[in-house]
Order: sequence, then structure tokens, then C-alpha cells
Amino acid sequence: MFRTHYDLPLQRDVTGKFLPWIIALMVYLAMLAMAGSMVLSDMARRWDRGLAGTLTVQVAPLPNQTPPLGDRVNTALAVLRATPGIARAEALPRQDLQTLLEPWLGTGALNADLPIPAMIDVTLAGGRIDMRGLAQRLQAAVPGAELDDHAAWLKDLLAIARAVEAVALGVVALVGGAAVATVIFVSRAGLAIHGPVVELLHVMGAPDRYVARQFQSHVLGLAIRGGIIGTVLAAATLLGLRHAGGEYAAGLLPDMALGQFQLVALALVPVCAAGLAAVTARVTVSRALARLP
Amino acid sequence: MRYGNGPEVLRDVSFTLEPGTFHFLTGASGAGKSSLLRLMYLAHRPSRGLVTMFGHDVASLKRGELPPLRRRIGVVFQNFRLLDHLSALDNVALPLRVAGARESQVKEHVAELLSWVGLGDHLNDKPATLSGGQQQRIAIARAVITRPSLLLADEPTGNVDDRIGMRLLHLFEELNKLGTTIVIATHNEMMIERFGYARMVLDKGMLQHLPRGGGATRIA
Repeated sequence: MFRTHYDLPLQRDVTGKFLPWIIALMVYLAMLAMAGSMVLSDMARRWDRGLAGTLTVQVAPLPNQTPPLGDRVNTALAVLRATPGIARAEALPRQDLQTLLEPWLGTGALNADLPIPAMIDVTLAGGRIDMRGLAQRLQAAVPGAELDDHAAWLKDLLAIARAVEAVALGVVALVGGAAVATVIFVSRAGLAIHGPVVELLHVMGAPDRYVARQFQSHVLGLAIRGGIIGTVLAAATLLGLRHAGGEYAAGLLPDMALGQFQLVALALVPVCAAGLAAVTARVTVSRALARLP
Repeated sequence: MRYGNGPEVLRDVSFTLEPGTFHFLTGASGAGKSSLLRLMYLAHRPSRGLVTMFGHDVASLKRGELPPLRRRIGVVFQNFRLLDHLSALDNVALPLRVAGARESQVKEHVAELLSWVGLGDHLNDKPATLSGGQQQRIAIARAVITRPSLLLADEPTGNVDDRIGMRLLHLFEELNKLGTTIVIATHNEMMIERFGYARMVLDKGMLQHLPRGGGATRIA
């Protein structure tokens, strides 16, 4: 595929000088968009999987603490455990609640006097359960109790995640389209610049594929160079974000770790970009050459 | 034949070149010699009429069937049309590479031919560093490297002195003896007289054929 020399002096073209950088930028943007989409998708899937078949009951502290929070939690546990279809209901220890709140409030910010709601983690047995009836029974038996089946906010969250995924795919498509347009421009410019040489080769009996292959190899080389640059920049950015997430914003930013399959998919971005650029160059040049006699 | 929507530059031209013959093509500037050569090396299709090359009607051939025919034609252009970024060796090797020859054979054959035309010491020199005469010899070597069935040369001796010009004509004669049909467009009357081959004269779109040693025979 790679020729050791070109009959056409394509390497001297000014238009070809900026192509690697454009491809690099596009690969960079596409990889970031895809990585962002993957992270969000993973996050949504984890939420969905983690919360499926669970409920949370929140028992809020009352202004005068009557009845006491502990009593109301016990009553709520009794109501829940007496409900068919509930496999398990456990109140979260205050220590766990403090751990959950630490990213927002800071370590040691919670003391025993600070009123925080009690949380009850409920696991469903698997069958259908009358959520509205359970919520009414809980509210009747336990003042300040709220049943959260996560469905409402999970639905919104998943919708946002899917929208962001769609936007990311749109960005990848736009970036691909821009790359194709750029390669078409570079190829046509090359044909215009080297028109006399192309005509000479044509007169010598060179088939269209002989000339098109030189453009294809040239553009492929430039695109590979650009792909490597874009990949290195994207990898550095993703590693930097992951480092920043772990260092300064644990719990606030999603986990930036990607699986093997996802890393392979990301690695395919520069490969696809190079392939797309090469095919575009070949098709563009072949179509232009078809106009010669 | 016409270019685009312009006037006809060639009309009512009719002739046959027998294989292995040698012809001079003459005519005043603007008579259409280069246009006729363009038709013959298949860089242009006729707007009307019939062009038959190597037994094929060019008009009825598919576009993809033309390259093999073009590879049987060697062309020496008036302005040489050498590729400045390539060495003398790579310029001459172009037709062989286009034809898909193996690289090991290419260098051997090209070096041999360049030595024969007196450029054995300039294999790796770029055309811009060579004289006009040397460039012309490279252009001729490029045209004959594949031993074409038909050789078309547009003023091939225009930039060389008489001694080199004669040597190049003898090279064409050698090629002609091997079976190549030769057509040389030239204004050089002395050369035409000296070699005495058949002459085709273009005048206002009409073609006259003067056979070797004979009178004018109009074949248009």
C-alpha cells in the first residue's frame, strides 16, 4: 500500500501540510466525544442496575423531635417488613450517611447534634408492589416519611444521559463529515496543482487507479500521522481528567475508567479516520479522472 | 476535431500508417500538427470521424480499454514535459512503472538506455540541472523505453545541435527497424531531405501525403 516514491510530488503540497493537524483535531474531538458518551452510558447503566429492585425510604427529622426519629424509623421498618413483596428493609447506620455526605460537607462536618434524615434501604423480592398504597400507609403511620422508588429522577437522568450520548454521536458524525470535506478539498487541490503531471501519466497509459492510489497513499500517510497526534492528545486529556476527578472531585465527577472494549472502540477512531480519509481521497480522485478522455 | 465549442482545427483528415513505417509530419505553425498528434496519442477524442488504433475503433472502446493502447504509444513532447522532482532515471522509468514492470528490471533497463543516449553519468540528476539537449534526450529515452509500437515525436531535435540531432534520428531509425512506426513532427527541412522518409503535410486542415521519393499524393 505504501509506495517508496511518488510520481506526483504530493509531499510538496502546502494543502497537505495542514491535513495531519486537521485530522488530529478531529480525531481528538471524536475521541473525547465518544469517551464522554461511554462514561455517561456506563454511569447510567450502573445507576439503572444498582437501583433496580430497590426502594429508599427517607424519614425526615421533625422540628420538635416528637415522636423521636428512632421510633419513627422502627415503625417504618415494621410497615415495610409487613408488606408482601419486600425482601429486606434495613436502616442505614448514621456512619454510612456521614460517609455519603462527606464529599459535599467535608470530613468531620457532621456532629451528633446535626439533624439529618434517616434512610431505610429496601430490597424488593422481585414481584410487583403497589407503590402508591405503600407510600400512603407509610405516610399515615410515620410522620415525615417519604418513599422514593428512584423511577422519576432515574428516568430524567437516563434521558439526559441518552441525549448527551446522541449529541456525542452527532459530534462524531459532524467531525467525520468535516474530515471528508477537508480530504475532498485537499485531493481536488492536489489534482489542480498537479494537473499536467496527471495528464502526462494518463497519456502514458496509467490507469485511473495508478494515479488514485498515489493520492490515497499520500492522504493515508498524512491521516495516520494526524490520527497518532490526535490519539496522544485525547489520551493525555482523558488521563488528566481522570486524575483530576480522583484527586479533587471524588464522588462529584463520574468514574472516568473505561473498559477494554471501550478502549478498543476508542483506538478504532484514528484507524477509521485514516481509512475514511484514504477512501475519500481515492473516490474523489477517481471521479475527477473519469472526466479525462 | 475541435476543442470545446471552438472552431474545427482538423477536418477531412484521412490516412493510414502501416506498421513499421517512418513518417515526417510537417506544416506551418498552427496547421494542427500538435492537435493531430494529440488525437494519435489518445489524449483527445475526435468530435466526429473515425480513429482506428492497432485495429480498434477508438470511439467504440470503453474508457477503461484505452490505457493498454496508450502504453503502446511513445510520445516525445515539444516541451519535454519532464517531472522536475524526479531524477533522470525515474523520469525515464515512468512508462515502465505505469506498465507495472518489476523494479529490479526497471533500473537495469533505464540505466542501459540512458548510457546509450550519453547520459550514463547523469542517472540521478534532476532535469533542472541538465542542459536543454540533455533534457531532450531524457524525453526521448522515456518515449522509447517500452519499445512502443508507435512513436510520436513533436520537434524532437529542436533543442539539440546537428550532431546530437542526427544521433537521435539514428536512434529512431534503429527503433523503426525493430518494427516501431515513427511519426516525427518537424520543421527541419534539412533533416527531412537527408533521411528522405514519407512526408505528411498539414495545411489548413487538409493532409497531403508525399511518399518516399515520390510526388504529392492527397489522401484527405
